[in-house]
Amino acid sequence: MRSLRRTFISGICLAAFGAVGCKKSATSTSAGGSTAADRATEIIIGHYASMTGSTAHFGQDTDRGIRLALVEANAKGGVLGKKLRLVTLDDRGDSAEAANAVNRLIDVEKVSAVLGEVASSLSLAGGRVAQRRKIPMISPTSTNPKVTEVGDYVFRVCFIDPFQGKVMATFAHDYLKLTKIAILRDVKNDYSIGLADAFKASFLQMSGNVVAEQAYSQNDTDFSAQVTAIRGTGAQAIFVPGYYSEVGSIARTAARLGLKIPLLGGDGWDSPDLFTIGGDAINGSYFSDHFAPDVATDKAKRFVASFTTEYGQAPTGLGALGYEAAEVLVDAIARAGKVEPTAIRDAIAHTKDFEGVTGKITMDAHRNPLKSAVVLKIEGGKAKFETSIAP
Amino acid sequence: MKRTLLRAAIFVAVLLVIYGLGVACEAGFTEYVQRIVLLAGINVILAVGLNLINGTTGQFSIGHAGFMAVGAYGAAYVGVQLAPVAHRALGTGAVSNAFSFNLALLAGALFAGLSGLIVGLPSLRLRGDYLAVVTLGFGEIIRILFNNATFLGAATGYFGDDPSGLPAYTTFFWVYAWVALIVVLIHNLTFSQTGRSLTAIREDEIAAEAMATPTTRLKVTAFAISAATAGIAGGLFAHMQAGVRPEDFRFEKSIDMIVMIIVGGLGSISGAILGGIFVAVSLELMRDLQQYRLVLYALLLIVIMIVRPQGLLGRRELYQLFRKRKAGSGLESSR
Repeated sequence: MRSLRRTFISGICLAAFGAVGCKKSATSTSAGGSTAADRATEIIIGHYASMTGSTAHFGQDTDRGIRLALVEANAKGGVLGKKLRLVTLDDRGDSAEAANAVNRLIDVEKVSAVLGEVASSLSLAGGRVAQRRKIPMISPTSTNPKVTEVGDYVFRVCFIDPFQGKVMATFAHDYLKLTKIAILRDVKNDYSIGLADAFKASFLQMSGNVVAEQAYSQNDTDFSAQVTAIRGTGAQAIFVPGYYSEVGSIARTAARLGLKIPLLGGDGWDSPDLFTIGGDAINGSYFSDHFAPDVATDKAKRFVASFTTEYGQAPTGLGALGYEAAEVLVDAIARAGKVEPTAIRDAIAHTKDFEGVTGKITMDAHRNPLKSAVVLKIEGGKAKFETSIAP
Repeated sequence: MKRTLLRAAIFVAVLLVIYGLGVACEAGFTEYVQRIVLLAGINVILAVGLNLINGTTGQFSIGHAGFMAVGAYGAAYVGVQLAPVAHRALGTGAVSNAFSFNLALLAGALFAGLSGLIVGLPSLRLRGDYLAVVTLGFGEIIRILFNNATFLGAATGYFGDDPSGLPAYTTFFWVYAWVALIVVLIHNLTFSQTGRSLTAIREDEIAAEAMATPTTRLKVTAFAISAATAGIAGGLFAHMQAGVRPEDFRFEKSIDMIVMIIVGGLGSISGAILGGIFVAVSLELMRDLQQYRLVLYALLLIVIMIVRPQGLLGRRELYQLFRKRKAGSGLESSR
């Protein structure tokens, strides 16, 4: 019995150490510290992400995009005569681990710049470390305005929430040529309030008319009062910057009450469930988003093609933004002319009219990008690229 | 009189040693290693506190992340409110920072202790699995409350008013001063008459009651003390992370704490210390494995449980290992 137990334990130990050995030899990008010799021929870029845990798909999608961008840059000969190497550390979606990971990237892996995270609260934890250690960091997808307020070493490549309100106002006014719009906002949701306020300010500035302002709360199910109130005002469209579940019900209510005008919204609509809840009623509506897989630019087409060949599936918005963050960083290192954190930071800050997969990027003084957003039209249960709106 | 003087001398000596170690740690290690050392200290506080209720008293709580969250948010919020007052009264130097920091930690511990009392009073009349379920539910309720409290930043978390977050007051000195204080307090409690009564409750609650031990009162007291220590750990954690977010106090955090005390040896204070350090260090040592480290971590736990089901130290303390086991030392369980 005793020997059986021994065999079992040694079996487990052997398997574990075997796993260690395989892992180390199998991947060139495994973590484990870098030597001075490595740094003479390589530029090391760190990525901290939730590769495991409940938001693992966020980290994994983003990491694929980043990896693809660096592989492509290396195929073109690298930057400044050096190859790029990515070190990805997992943070389990935990903020203590996120700060640990950024510290390790800086102290052990000696990275020149850091990419990450998806969730804004984790970017805040990691960003504070990067700021204190004066290593530039680019968050691919954290939309909370607070993230880049941490300090002058923290950037992002996605637009912040309120920007979408401005985009949809421009879209309604210049593209759809509408002048009378109603707003229906979710008063319990900061995201919705922020978008609605930004939309109203921009639309009034373009001398449009906001003919009605109605409100609802998250998890409401009956919207007939609001829709009836809007019906009498002659509005040509309704701006509903909420989440997909309520938006779907609102579209159904409007159809039932015979109000045949398009709804407009933001990236909170981006879910397949929108089409199941909204059904036919949601057809003909528009929403803004970071990226559309069928976007028309050559750059985006090339990206979608190579991503699909590499990983066997179309990129998500996260993958596209990860790719974009890595590209902005590579471009900045090339312009900096040397692999030195402060020089790279300055170069990122001076990014101007950079042609990325999700649009042209120019960094503003607050380290947020001025970039175009895409507007998608819903047709037949699918979101299709309609146009892109420059800031 | 002589005894008091001696105690004061020991107290000062310990603080000086901690201070010296802190200076050495800051000079000799990278920030990455320093952070892990701090996390290990915070884990030790969590484990030693949880061990009082789970190990010594034998009442299984699996919602201690909730108390840690209360302490973290409490300390962070009170600290931010208190800082301007302290600055006006004591200037802007280190003294005023230390004052408002420690007061904030105590406030966090008070909130956590009170919530421990509120949860403990009705639920500690339950036994075994039922108590575990109640504490689990409480931990989730706390997290969801913070997730929706807009004045505490809701889902994004609370970072104070400054964009760079809460001040980074959590230094080596303060973490390990609190570790020393809490370990000594819990140790003295465990080996006092009250501590023996707690052990009696663990071994046989009915027999303890028959001997006129006020079981419910003692259980609730131990629970509140345990919650308060988790609150201190939470406050230190908040000021190390420069912010608190509800997602850091998920159910997994409670499980981490239970792993610490089970690996170290349920019912042993030195075991809890070892376990706390183990959890902080082992995952970081396995970084080379990337996402597979969690697999190896789980395997490691399985191996430990097969080889030493009683944990690294069992119920013994470290200093008892070197002594010959005396029959009927009182600490050894009859098993």
